[in-house]
Amino acid sequence: MIPERFINASVIAGLLAVPLWALMADEIFTITLTTRAVILALAAVGLNIALGMGGLVSFGHAVFFGIGGYAMGILAFHAQTFAPLELGPLTIEGTKSMPVIWLVATVASALTALVIGLLSLRTTGVHFIMITLAFGQLFFYFTISWSAYGGEDGLSIYVRNSFPDLNTLVPIQFLGLCFAALCLALLLQWRLRNSAFGLALNAARQTPQRVETVGLNPMRLKLLAFVISGAITGLAGALFADLNRFVSPTMFSWQLSGELIILIIIGGVGRLMGPVIGAAIFVTLEHWLGGLTDFWHIWLGVILLVIVLFGRGGVIGLLTGKEGPHV
Amino acid sequence: MSEPVLATHGLMKSFGALIATDNVSIDLHPGEIHAIIGPNGAGKSTLIGQISGSLASDAGRIELLGQDVTRLRTAARAQAGLGRTFQISALAMEDSVFENVLLGAVAATSGAWSLFMPVARKVALTERAMQALDRVGLAYAKDTRCADLSHGQRRQLEVAVALTLAPKAFLMDEPMAGLGAEGSRNLTGFLDGLRSEAPILLVEHDMDAVFALADRISVLVYGRVIATGTVEDIRASDAVREAYLGESA
Repeated sequence: MIPERFINASVIAGLLAVPLWALMADEIFTITLTTRAVILALAAVGLNIALGMGGLVSFGHAVFFGIGGYAMGILAFHAQTFAPLELGPLTIEGTKSMPVIWLVATVASALTALVIGLLSLRTTGVHFIMITLAFGQLFFYFTISWSAYGGEDGLSIYVRNSFPDLNTLVPIQFLGLCFAALCLALLLQWRLRNSAFGLALNAARQTPQRVETVGLNPMRLKLLAFVISGAITGLAGALFADLNRFVSPTMFSWQLSGELIILIIIGGVGRLMGPVIGAAIFVTLEHWLGGLTDFWHIWLGVILLVIVLFGRGGVIGLLTGKEGPHV
Repeated sequence: MSEPVLATHGLMKSFGALIATDNVSIDLHPGEIHAIIGPNGAGKSTLIGQISGSLASDAGRIELLGQDVTRLRTAARAQAGLGRTFQISALAMEDSVFENVLLGAVAATSGAWSLFMPVARKVALTERAMQALDRVGLAYAKDTRCADLSHGQRRQLEVAVALTLAPKAFLMDEPMAGLGAEGSRNLTGFLDGLRSEAPILLVEHDMDAVFALADRISVLVYGRVIATGTVEDIRASDAVREAYLGESA
């Protein structure tokens, strides 16, 4: 069986090789596809911290993806219309600066995750799944009726936002930014997993009563994991909006929450590279099969079934021959 | 007599019409092992739950080192110095033996909010964890996945996790349950030495172990303490014989 370290290194190498090849072959669309996969992977890395490490099956992670998207959309919209955002006595100028937008997206998502977590973490199991789903629907229907920012039609941003010293309109440069964000998130998850916090969180997932008995509060551990998780998915949402230069309520849809979970299950729950492998497979299928048939989700479903039935650790579980953490 | 480390005063708990804990007042003094025995359904598990904090009491008071902990949550009682072991092991089964004791060391030094530093590099914690494993004689299995441990090894690990907390009082729920004769003898010997570190409130079915270890025994029947005394007192008590020992002896 293949050691997980080797798989991890291969995945990173593959993520670098594909765009380099595409650049040389002048396959711009492949670069865009890779960017899409990298951003979805980033969103799923966020979810994997809650799901894989904390055992929190959040069916509402689209909330954070959407908040990141709307943070970008709203700030860029006010910048392109030159009309500042009036919030009571507060006047906020719009901005086209990516670093500022990312900061707003992550902070807003983290705060939302804190509130949703405080309310949802009182429940476990199916109840937790349902309450997070309900929060997702809440945001979805709110943005549909939020006419100031396009309502159901969403919001178009005409020019991609800017990053100091880079031309973000060049696909490979924007991909570079997304790739860096993904690597940072993976590094963060890796450090978390090996830290004392990671150890305690891992125990809280398996046996909350033990964690309490040694004097720790399992809910607080899970809450922090949920907040970090939401912040990362929020950042991915801001990048996704910038990739498409478009924001709409579909970023809040439950289908997206479900897709993020599916990505992780395909790749391997709780595995560092699980979301990355899952996103790569997902985007490849979406592109190749999606070109052949409108019903490509059927084949995604078949793959999911095979993995759930025969390999409990996803692709990484199959390759390493080791089951992942149970959720 | 010295101040008790752990004491309950008039503890009550009922589930509907069933009174599971009826006016229980027991105490635990420094250096002693106080065993609680009683037939099945006597309310031992309920009492353990109330003392550890997983069950709320209807009435009465629980004191730990003179501090009223009746309203504290489980985690706060652990921080105040209560070291509990579980009857049915509550271990992180996917983790290694070492990771399980390391959790105790992390919690005892309030280090769980360290997010980025690899815990394996924190020497003070790893040493504390290893020491606890050494003491229960489980160091050889430190890299074994907890799920692969034998029943007896899990009992040892339960005790090791409690040791990492360096508690002021141990609360042990049937630590001998399911151990073979030899395992039971070994653990009896170990607990015998442990009492000088911190007193032990021992709920146990294994009568040989109880009679060998206990400084005092309380007999719980239908939620009430019907007798408290030394091993000789309890053996001699007619009420106990009738209510409890008489059933099997």
